[in-house]
Amino acid sequence: MTIARGIIHWFRQTLGLIARNKVGFLGFVGLLFFIVLAFVMPLFVPLDKTSRVDKIYSPPSAEHILGTDFQGRDIFSLVVHGGRDVIVIAFLTGAISTLIAVVLGSTSALLGGAVDSAIMAAADFWLAIPTFPLLAVLATQIKLNDVWLLSLILALLSWATLTRAIRSQVLSLRQRDYVEAARSLGMSNGHIIFKEIMPNMMSYIAISLVFAMTAAVYAQGGLVFLGLLSFSDNNSWAVTIQLAWTRGAIFFKDSFLNIMAPVIAIALFQLSLVLFTRSLEEVFNPRLRTGV
Amino acid sequence: MMADPSLRAGDTSPNGDRPNAAEPSTPIIELDHVSRVFEQRRRRVKAVDDVSLAIQEGEVVCLVGESGCGKTTTGKMIAGLIHPSAGEIRYAGRDIWAMGKAEFQRYRLAVQLIHQDPYASLNPAHTVYGIMSAPLLQHGIAANHRQARERVRDLLSTVDLTPPDDFLDKYPHQLSGGQRQRVSVARALTVSPKVIVADEAVSMVDVSIRVSLLNMLTRLKRDLGVTFVFITHDLAVAKHFAWEGRIAVMYLGRIIEVGRTPQVINHPQHPYTRALLSAIPEADPRITRTKERLQLRSLDIPSLLNIPSGCSFHPRCPWFEEGLCEVSVPPLADVGADMRVACHVVARERAKEAA
Amino acid sequence: MSDLALLVEDLWVEYPARRGVVKAVRGVTFEVHRGETLALIGESGSGKTTLGLALVRLLPKAARIKRGRIMYYRNGTSQDILALNAEELRRFRWQECAMVFQGAQNALNPVLRIEAQFLDTARAHGLSDANAVRERAVELLKMVQLDPQRVLHSFPHELSGGMRQRVLIALGLLLQPQVIILDEPTTALDILTQRSIIEVLRRLRAQLDFSLIFISHDLSLAAELADRVATVYAGAIVEIGSVYDIFERPRHPYTLALTRSVPTVTGDMHPLASIPGSPPDLIAPPLGCAFHPRCPLATDQCKREEPPLERVGKEQMAACWHWREVNP
Ligand SMILES: Nc1ncnc2c1ncn2[C@@H]1O[C@H](COP(=O)(O)OP(=O)(O)OP(=O)(O)O)[C@@H](O)[C@H]1O
Ligand SMILES: Nc1ncnc2c1ncn2[C@@H]1O[C@H](COP(=O)(O)OP(=O)(O)OP(=O)(O)O)[C@@H](O)[C@H]1O
Ligand code: SF4
Ligand code: SF4
Ligand SMILES: [Mg+2]
Ligand SMILES: [Mg+2]
Repeated sequence: MTIARGIIHWFRQTLGLIARNKVGFLGFVGLLFFIVLAFVMPLFVPLDKTSRVDKIYSPPSAEHILGTDFQGRDIFSLVVHGGRDVIVIAFLTGAISTLIAVVLGSTSALLGGAVDSAIMAAADFWLAIPTFPLLAVLATQIKLNDVWLLSLILALLSWATLTRAIRSQVLSLRQRDYVEAARSLGMSNGHIIFKEIMPNMMSYIAISLVFAMTAAVYAQGGLVFLGLLSFSDNNSWAVTIQLAWTRGAIFFKDSFLNIMAPVIAIALFQLSLVLFTRSLEEVFNPRLRTGV
Repeated sequence: MMADPSLRAGDTSPNGDRPNAAEPSTPIIELDHVSRVFEQRRRRVKAVDDVSLAIQEGEVVCLVGESGCGKTTTGKMIAGLIHPSAGEIRYAGRDIWAMGKAEFQRYRLAVQLIHQDPYASLNPAHTVYGIMSAPLLQHGIAANHRQARERVRDLLSTVDLTPPDDFLDKYPHQLSGGQRQRVSVARALTVSPKVIVADEAVSMVDVSIRVSLLNMLTRLKRDLGVTFVFITHDLAVAKHFAWEGRIAVMYLGRIIEVGRTPQVINHPQHPYTRALLSAIPEADPRITRTKERLQLRSLDIPSLLNIPSGCSFHPRCPWFEEGLCEVSVPPLADVGADMRVACHVVARERAKEAA
Repeated sequence: MSDLALLVEDLWVEYPARRGVVKAVRGVTFEVHRGETLALIGESGSGKTTLGLALVRLLPKAARIKRGRIMYYRNGTSQDILALNAEELRRFRWQECAMVFQGAQNALNPVLRIEAQFLDTARAHGLSDANAVRERAVELLKMVQLDPQRVLHSFPHELSGGMRQRVLIALGLLLQPQVIILDEPTTALDILTQRSIIEVLRRLRAQLDFSLIFISHDLSLAAELADRVATVYAGAIVEIGSVYDIFERPRHPYTLALTRSVPTVTGDMHPLASIPGSPPDLIAPPLGCAFHPRCPLATDQCKREEPPLERVGKEQMAACWHWREVNP
């Protein structure tokens, strides 16, 4: 009972904190919209797979509210079904790269010495490699149609920068008087990392995660666009753009929506993510939370 | 040895059992020719230079001096939070940096530091209970949360945060500066320290709160018999807190005068201490407007990157003697009355008097 | 009175905040005479800086002057500065009244040499004769015990905190204002530097003819320099009188507690009295006398009715129902 009430309280409070920042709240609403669009709507809107030669690039109508594509398929259904993988991959990529960065970055900062040097050298080395071409090559060799595998590989793209950022954040927090006090009180390293340092990094980590997500959206879009990546059932905004592009959609003025609908979907999704980071600051600020 | 003019009735001087030179006992803290150099962008800052000081159990020693003279660095070295670059720091006679893990941990808990800035020393992410229960639970001082809560309540009462239940679930940002400083002190008390290093513990709180904080610390000193290393830039505060103890005056990383508080305050020997004491504005118009002032030769404070030769005070010292003061560093020498002073001229005059 | 320099009447200043309205200055009335030094003392957050800023109308945009009158007098004429327009205000500042801000040591423009800062300030007020300004600057810098040749050609970061504070005092005097306001002029400076600032101010007062208002939480500064002292509590002046009255015969319990809570180095050890409780919340100040939750003499009347600032001595006023019972 009390636990349930605690959870409800937590949710209400979090929602209240999100709403504190108007811009951030807009981002939050945008994200909700995309989650509903990509995960709920597909239950109601079937994916249109039938080609209709008579209806190529037809303009918006009551039947096809966003018109049809180069094969005469309903663009709206493509948009609805094209979000899931983009969002899932973005989230997994963000989560994996942040996890790597938090583990490596804080280990590096807290242990220092040889470990620090080794991790930083690895990061520098990684940053020196042109990773995107490497990924492109990799994509031609391995069939990357597994969401997890793809996320993992995309995460490898960005771990180095993030690790450096987290490391310097930990280094600066480590200097705080309250961390020194904890050392003086003989607290364990685990306590110092998880109880003293991490709670004060949560907003930073959350924001890093969101930015890693935006990077992942672009990276997968780039790979698809270059034709290096394909999804089994062609249901991704990126695939829609790529197909529209290769089928010459840009040459027909009626095809405007075919290419623009997924572009706008991606752009709005990215915008929502970026705006949402404004609210994250408030959500993770202990000053704004009162006890449950 | 000087008799301590003890003001408060029933106040047993914590230094009553301070050993005479004849029967030395092991000091609880001993700094033996301790120095600390910071490397900063290939420049060497000598923050603490050859400091030796022995502190007896139950004693109060104030470190005073102007900003940047090395007080905090010295305090943190005593608390084992900064390594000395040279010299040895001993706790109960044992070199702390030669201790084994378990022994070092015991020392670490026995010497606690109170930071200057109450806004930076408490983790904003935890409640007062969270902050204070962590060491209790970690070291098994409390077996469970129920015991921890009891203990935290007791300690909050000890530092006059009453009723304690009002404070347990507060976050630091919900407390005033003075209240935070009390939580800091209570947190240090969780591990029953033998020595407390209080670094400007009352400087950042308002005048109206400062006294009650000072009185609270004085009470702790008396009731718990804790040894205090009290760091402050305010000689008036030092006088009030350490009247029964000693004051060590620092200048550019060195101790230049050390002695019993009434002696240092009323009969300072070193020209720097004299200048400092005479310069202090007093909250009494009649006293402060008639006070005799010692003029310095220069107002510029030398940079630690470029410490003057010989006696580092010589470019400002009104008693400066060419060919003597800028040539060699004056040692911290005994000048009688339980005082030690690092000044060539003072040493010479005392020698003459003795002769 | 003919030698009046400044008169403030029933001044109220507020800041809107998330939680409510911060009543930072609550009905302040006082006067400053020609050549006189007035110290405003009180603890952090009591509204001292806000009051100072209001006197030169340099409050932040959010602040509102709700009520009150601020009159400056010079050569038989008077000026109500709450009624001035932007152009008149600009002339008024610096020429009639200059303010050196709290923490101002860091407020000098870091990329301009000190000389340029003097010239800019003068130019902004219509003084374009660079040589005359330079001469005056040299004269002023000498008065504040600085070496003009070295200082004029230095950048702010090449000077110590105390030197910068003295430069600012000199700059404040450039246009020969009648009143100069110093906000915490010695806070955060070392004792020996504080001493030099005090000596400089004392010398300036003897040499030039201006009124000085300084704001400080440091009672000893008031004891050193002030002719009169006003104690500020919760945005209001609770006692005002000569420096000797305030330190030796305070009639307000807060003033008494404050003067008894500061340790001195000279003289015997006397026990320090502490003030119980914590500073008031200016959004919801206590009803009646704002000091009542901390006052040892508080009665039911104090909790209900706000005491007026009334005459308690020849030149001393206090706002306390029970001032007769305050025994220093
Ligand atoms: N970690 C550090 N790295 C480099 N220099 C340092 C470091 N800590 C202190 N210093 C320098 O050492 C000198 C002494 O500093 P310390 O903090 O001990 O002085 P202090 O007497 O406590 O001064 P204050 O009264 O301002 O607190 C200063 O010049 C300071 O800049
Ligand atoms: N710009 C502002 N917006 C809102 N509130 C403010 C603003 N400036 C000051 N205050 C509030 O007004 C009150 C008075 O502040 P003020 O700075 O005048 O006090 P002070 O006596 O000068 O304090 P200090 O000694 O700390 O400088 C405080 O409660 C402060 O929080
Ligand atoms: S040694 Fe010389 S310069 Fe140093 S304090 Fe003594 S008299 Fe002054
Ligand atoms: S009016 Fe009452 S509460 Fe206020 S200061 Fe006087 S005695 Fe104290
Ligand atoms: Mg310090
Ligand atoms: Mg102020």
